[in-house]
Amino acid sequence: MSEPFIKLSGVRKTYKTRGQEFLAVSEVTFDVNIGELISIVGPSGCGKTTVLKILAGIHSHEEGTVSIGNDTNPFDPTKDIGMVFQQPLLLKWRRILENVLLPAEILGLPLKESRERAQYLLKMVGLEGFEKKFPDELSGGMQQRTAIARALIHDPKLILMDEPFGALDALTREKMNLELLRIWKESQKTILFVTHGIQEAVFLGNRVIVLTSGPARMADNIAIDLPYPRLLEIKTHESFGSYTRHIYKHLDME
Amino acid sequence: MNDISKTARRYAWIVLVHLMVVVLWQFGVTFSGIPDYVMPTPEATVLSLGEDYGWVHNTFITAAEVFGGYCLAVIVGVSLALIFNWFKIIETLAMPLMISLNMIPKVALGPLFIVWFSYGVDSNILIAFSICFLPILLTMERGLKEVDPDLIDLVRILKASRWQIFMKIQLPGSLPYLFSGMKVAVVLAVAGAIVGEFIASEEGLGYLMLQVQVTLDTAAMFMAVLLITLIGVILYGLVLLLEYLIVGQNSKETSV
Ligand SMILES: Nc1ncnc2c1ncn2[C@@H]1O[C@H](COP(=O)(O)OP(=O)(O)O)[C@@H](O)[C@H]1O
Ligand SMILES: [Mg+2]
Repeated sequence: MSEPFIKLSGVRKTYKTRGQEFLAVSEVTFDVNIGELISIVGPSGCGKTTVLKILAGIHSHEEGTVSIGNDTNPFDPTKDIGMVFQQPLLLKWRRILENVLLPAEILGLPLKESRERAQYLLKMVGLEGFEKKFPDELSGGMQQRTAIARALIHDPKLILMDEPFGALDALTREKMNLELLRIWKESQKTILFVTHGIQEAVFLGNRVIVLTSGPARMADNIAIDLPYPRLLEIKTHESFGSYTRHIYKHLDME
Repeated sequence: MNDISKTARRYAWIVLVHLMVVVLWQFGVTFSGIPDYVMPTPEATVLSLGEDYGWVHNTFITAAEVFGGYCLAVIVGVSLALIFNWFKIIETLAMPLMISLNMIPKVALGPLFIVWFSYGVDSNILIAFSICFLPILLTMERGLKEVDPDLIDLVRILKASRWQIFMKIQLPGSLPYLFSGMKVAVVLAVAGAIVGEFIASEEGLGYLMLQVQVTLDTAAMFMAVLLITLIGVILYGLVLLLEYLIVGQNSKETSV
């Protein structure tokens, strides 16, 4: 096995607001290999978003080390991160295709190739034929698919997703979970998927990192030994149940 | 097809209701025996255009004041909003002042403007400007700020420049806000120009109204009000057209 793609070790972060210090993340340590889909699960306010933002380079941290990239997979923090938030954050005056193109425009990538890639990505996320629509004309799930295509447009190595399906209804969410697994397989990206849904975390991840609150501490780092492609019925399997029960215990005890 | 006939029907109703009011007005006045100097008929109102009141000249003067004050307000309001947005320190210092200014009933400043700039078209333009530039400034300022912080994070990762964020996200996002402020400002600009003419002037529809009031030519006063309204409606229509051209149809969802 080569060196991990991402290495976090002993990461600690305090927020300072109005003279008050607030310890949000403490002693977070985990590795991610290239091509993995890692779920990060924990209760609201436990510091999941903070961990992602530290990885994205938006937030600083005062202790520990964060390194992304290795010899075979060099990492450029500007060009190699695609981010998806809970809200689709689309620009409503831009058509779907133009929304997907935003990162390419900012990075100054060649326009013609980018348009072709945007078209290809929209097809991949199941939005072929919607290129010319405006965001208002699409459902919440479709808007979030657009946001995923936008995160992929500049072909980044790492996709950071912060509760991307948290605002969707339960059925759409399950459908999007299946879609995400397909997109992951097709695009072969490394994905960090933050959620507070334990089932969702186990269903998607080849590993689940469990954070407990006040401050975010690593409670566990579990390999999920369920074969891909995963279909919804694995949620009824005995081993799926034992994984979720195991995580519930972590979160209930603290 | 269906859409077009629906729209046509809606417009037909609008025209019909207005016509009905005019007809009711005409017959109401004729049969009730209300004297002409209290309530002229629509017919008399239109006929007053035949009087030698310099209608065309006065209408152009008022229109010039309204359009002049309004354009000035858009230029100054938008520029200030941009400056405030680009230089936070200026915003911090000036914004409380703007809010206080907003509380002053600008009509009350009319007499002062006349003292400072003497009377005439220029000072009426200034009164129209002063009364309508704050809504433009305040809505634009708010529109520029109305950006989701997560979206800013998203483009910061890509090392978007301040200019890129401004051009691609802030400015287009602020336009629906700006236009909502500009629509409010139309009515205010008209009111400002007329108030200026009421206070002191030698021309314009407001001036004309005071002149014919003396002779109790109520029909001409009605006509003047109609023409003032028409100026406002035309300006409003132009703003709508501009909004359609710049923001496009997808702006229909946005309102402040
Ligand atoms: N910019 C900030 N300033 C101060 N406190 C913050 C800031 N961002 C988050 N926090 C606090 O840090 C904790 C963790 O937040 P977050 O990482 O958003 O949690 P999660 O994503 O798991 O819900 C929360 O208690 C939150 O109130
Ligand atoms: Mg969060």
